[in-house]
Amino acid sequence: MAEEPNLNESILKVEDAHTFIGHHHILQGLSFEAKADAVTVLIGRNGAGKSTTLRTVMGLLPASQGKILYNGKEIQHKKPYQIARLGIGFVPEDMGIFANLTVEENMRVAMLVEDEATGQRLARTLEMFKDLKNFWKAQAGILSGGQKQMLAIARAIVNDTSLLLIDEPSKGLAPIIVDVVIDAINQIKARSVVVLVEQNFYMASMVGDHYYILDDGLAVHNGKMTDLVDNDELKSRYLGISKVA
Amino acid sequence: MSETVLKRWDKELTIAGGVILLMLPLLGIPFKTYLTLTIAGLAMGMLLFLIASGVSIIFGLMDVLNFAHGALFAWGAYVGFSVFGRLREWVEADSVLQNFGVFIVAILAAMTAVAVLGIILERVIVRRVYGSHLFQILITFGATIVLVELIRVFWGPNDEVMTVPLKFRGNWDVFDIIIAKYRIICIFIGIGVYTVIQLILKKTKLGTIVRAGVENLEMVQAMGHNIFLLFTGVFAVGAGLAALGGLSMSLFSLQVYPDMGSTYLLFAFIVVIIGGLGSVTGSLVGALIVGLSYNYVAYLVPWAAAGVNIIIMIIILLIRPTGLFAAGK
Repeated sequence: MAEEPNLNESILKVEDAHTFIGHHHILQGLSFEAKADAVTVLIGRNGAGKSTTLRTVMGLLPASQGKILYNGKEIQHKKPYQIARLGIGFVPEDMGIFANLTVEENMRVAMLVEDEATGQRLARTLEMFKDLKNFWKAQAGILSGGQKQMLAIARAIVNDTSLLLIDEPSKGLAPIIVDVVIDAINQIKARSVVVLVEQNFYMASMVGDHYYILDDGLAVHNGKMTDLVDNDELKSRYLGISKVA
Repeated sequence: MSETVLKRWDKELTIAGGVILLMLPLLGIPFKTYLTLTIAGLAMGMLLFLIASGVSIIFGLMDVLNFAHGALFAWGAYVGFSVFGRLREWVEADSVLQNFGVFIVAILAAMTAVAVLGIILERVIVRRVYGSHLFQILITFGATIVLVELIRVFWGPNDEVMTVPLKFRGNWDVFDIIIAKYRIICIFIGIGVYTVIQLILKKTKLGTIVRAGVENLEMVQAMGHNIFLLFTGVFAVGAGLAALGGLSMSLFSLQVYPDMGSTYLLFAFIVVIIGGLGSVTGSLVGALIVGLSYNYVAYLVPWAAAGVNIIIMIIILLIRPTGLFAAGK
């Protein structure tokens, strides 16, 4: 059962997090917070630690130091399944689709409880992603990249999710499908807080309310997304986006 | 063009190829002998399936190389041996009901005892070495030594004769084709276990989660499922299947001995490699290939019987390195 977010505080707060992958020190004291009423976008160059941040929050990579607070409670020592049961949904970069299972089975694995409320959420989700309804009995492995992304997001929101972590949902998708995903995230943010990792600045600007720029495992800048859209110097320095004359 | 045609007829070509291979021994074996050997091969294959399916699911889901699986197989045989010893009158009774009764009691006792042993093994030993195949091999090999020595302590170091229930003994003579009664029972046990496993995997939510876990364990965790509980459960089921295999095989070979697990574990690994890790259907097909080819070759070229399965394994590894029915990963 998801915990009710307190709108006055950050639903997720990461304080001085350090994460190692093997001998590599990826997160080097990262701090950021996700407000209860907004989409927070983590952006930065390749290797900045964006995906590692989401995996650390999810408990898939252990934070060797620092705190991760969800609704004010520390979760950094919890196991991934315990974190998921707090109401945190996760869409990994590779989407994590179970290719040999049908779309229906993928959704069933995702459902922690199969009650009336879950049924209603499922119906709402399938209304949002109509393609999934058409391929309901098909093996998930045959879906297109966009449909797989829809399935990955659908699985994450079918439970009573109050925080959704999405890792690069636009990766490898055609522009028209990116617009579908943008539309979906804009619908989801009415019900769940979203932390989005995104390299596609167009998408980040279309859905984000707040941003954090990550560089070498640290958050080096943050603010309102509308401010970043107008800040060519920051975009050029950290994101490699140059102003077209 | 021809590639497209081949792909379209992939399934049919595989079945046709399988049937041709199955009929091939007829070139050198008289038909009646061929049928007798086929039944023996199917029975042996089903028994190998019982041990191999546990190895396959445990490796496929948990990425654990469990070398103690053979010792659990032997424990199953010995627990069954004890039950048969205690209920001697039922074993020797001239009653189908009592014979099947003692067989079922032995199966339940063996599977329960060895499943508990499996839970202890997973919780105390295997859980500490997740993610490291080298340590898994070393520690489960060590567990094998301990478990086999415990068999010697509890049941003695000598080979023992396994008594088959009265009604399971002997043969049927169907149009001059000799069919051993117990082999038919073995075939039905194998079909029954395969059906039950498939129903659980395909029709229940728990089974669906296990299949998902074979493909992407991390994602299953991130969806809120306690994989450690799942691991313990799967390990217990795998151990229970090994026990059923051990008991059934001891009635097939008419003996129990402390080291019997190591002999059949080698076959189980060959079966799993041929069938593909994590696939129960793969284990069944692999086990039938091993059982049938062993029996045919043992008749045609007795000295080559032990090596034929290694050759089949090498050929399949060269053509399809993931095995015939690899699931996920």
